[in-house]
Amino acid sequence: MRKLTYSQAISEATVQCMEADPSIVLAGQSVDDHKGVYGTTGDAFARFGSARVMDIPNGENAFAGIAVGAASMGLRPLVVHTRDDFMFLAMDGIFNLAAKWRYMYGNRGSAPVVMRGIIGRGWGQGATHSQSLQSLFGHFPGLYVATPASPADAKGLLISALRADTPVILLENRGLYGLEGEVPEEPVAVPFGKGRIARAGDDITIVAASLMVHEAERAAEVLAGHGVSAEVVDVRSIRPLDDAMICESVAKTGHLVVADTSWARYGFSAEVAAVVAENVPQALRAPVRRVTPPDCPAPVSWPLENAFNPGAETITRACLETLRAAQDSVPEIEDVMAGFIGPY
Amino acid sequence: MEPRQLLRNMVRIRCAEEVIADVYRDEQQMRTPVHFSIGQEATAVGVCAALRREDVVYSGHRCHAHYLAKGGDLRAMVAEFYGRESGCASGRGGSVHLTDQEAGFAASSAILGEMISVATGAAWAFAREGAPRVAATFFGDGASEEGVFHESLNFAALHRLPVIFVCENNQYALGSPVDARQPPGTSITGRARGYGIRAEQVDGNDVQAVYEAAHKAALHCREGNGPYFLELDTYRWREHVGPHWDHELGVRPRDEVESWIERCPIRRTTQALRATDPGIEDAVAAWDREFRAEVREAIALAKASPFPRVEDLLSGTYEN
Repeated sequence: MRKLTYSQAISEATVQCMEADPSIVLAGQSVDDHKGVYGTTGDAFARFGSARVMDIPNGENAFAGIAVGAASMGLRPLVVHTRDDFMFLAMDGIFNLAAKWRYMYGNRGSAPVVMRGIIGRGWGQGATHSQSLQSLFGHFPGLYVATPASPADAKGLLISALRADTPVILLENRGLYGLEGEVPEEPVAVPFGKGRIARAGDDITIVAASLMVHEAERAAEVLAGHGVSAEVVDVRSIRPLDDAMICESVAKTGHLVVADTSWARYGFSAEVAAVVAENVPQALRAPVRRVTPPDCPAPVSWPLENAFNPGAETITRACLETLRAAQDSVPEIEDVMAGFIGPY
Repeated sequence: MEPRQLLRNMVRIRCAEEVIADVYRDEQQMRTPVHFSIGQEATAVGVCAALRREDVVYSGHRCHAHYLAKGGDLRAMVAEFYGRESGCASGRGGSVHLTDQEAGFAASSAILGEMISVATGAAWAFAREGAPRVAATFFGDGASEEGVFHESLNFAALHRLPVIFVCENNQYALGSPVDARQPPGTSITGRARGYGIRAEQVDGNDVQAVYEAAHKAALHCREGNGPYFLELDTYRWREHVGPHWDHELGVRPRDEVESWIERCPIRRTTQALRATDPGIEDAVAAWDREFRAEVREAIALAKASPFPRVEDLLSGTYEN
């Protein structure tokens, strides 16, 4: 199969969908400039012009609502945010309107807005230009949220998004745009809620999304050198989450490490741990480990940034520690309340 | 629309809200926060009378009058207040999330100012289709302080969208008067003009004046001249949310409330018509009886209707 980069795959999906569906309008700040949002919107602009590929004013708050109003009247806005951090300004339209539109009007109509948000991790993007918002978006019923890791999924999930009758948030890590992979030429949709076994293995499960899938694959390679067979689950969608694939993998391996580009607390990694704890608790032969950034905003200074962002090495270490803990016998820990007496 | 018909429409809304307010207070069975427009009926009626059925209206939390003025189904609204499956949002939305798509009442929602952007988006879709449709959105003076107001006006003016921004300036956001919230020597109309939008300030308790201004606005939009802004000065008689009066609690000066009751849009129109239509007071009295009976019937019907099934709690969250 021919290969495309991640950004070429997004561009191709956009052009193919816009050809098939004249109601799609691509809108965002500078979608029509020479950079074309990392090469993802330039082809569409060349093909369809400013009538369908629109530069918009700086007003994320209103534009989220404008997109909802247009979508509820039959238009299909594909909105691009060059940093997902800017989407904080669009939260009212996303959460209070798009996500709830069908439900709160009693299943009458819908507002199928598609929003792409780009995560700018690395190179000193710092506290407000490098956040990964999958956990935030994943929290709200009524949305689909996807985090494609491969070029084929970047294309396929965007196609599904532009055909859905439900609002969709697609999160793209800037570090992935140059990545090459096999991509079908035809518009093949990738369904929401179906994960992908990025690498099969028997000893430990690493669940990851977006960029961390690649870090996990690199870790799995290193682990193989240590005689450890790691399985990498690329969830592809955050909401709905492929609970079954995660649980089946953990049931097989008995060990779970979750790797995420965002914080542990209340995050994607917490959700995966909860899904396993609720569904297959008996399968776990060691405690779950979460590999995430530490609990502080993203710094800029190089050594601090390197320490902040977890990668393959951190995942590898976490896996080895998890497996060793499983081999040793875990001592019994007394209930923290045992022997407790007042005063309260 | 004839003045007599405008008056009739206002009387219907007044009756609906007064009856609902009493029952709401006495029964405690409509378990949804209600925001009454009693005293403000001329804005809803005047604007909606100037629109066509295919035009769409959006509103905020204070939306009953706009829904009814655009032709929304009264029975479905009352059933929604009672949380019934036969409600206009099947009991999922309540009094602040009304919709009647057949009537062209697109939606109301309860976050201040957000529907200004949604109406702008609908107008964007109409402009792209080349459809001669207009979107109108009602909001209050409070919403004009939100960022979304400014961003929406900017976008609508930039793309010359067919949207009528209707600011019902009732001078209060909850209990906070407008002069505590907006700088002296400025006006909401002035801010709209700052975006190059044609804007007009009108006596919002004069239904004929509102109707004529809205008619002009709709024509302006339909002919592709871009958005139009109406600031309608009016006053809400009751408390921000709920069936009670609030001047008794000292929220607003009694004199002020009473002076606006003197300017009641229904009484004013009735008095204005008396010279040419000597039977108008009898007609109003007859309408009053007719509409109160209609609302009581809608209430009885709603109470006899089934609640949504708990098995359907999740339905509508996602496409089927």
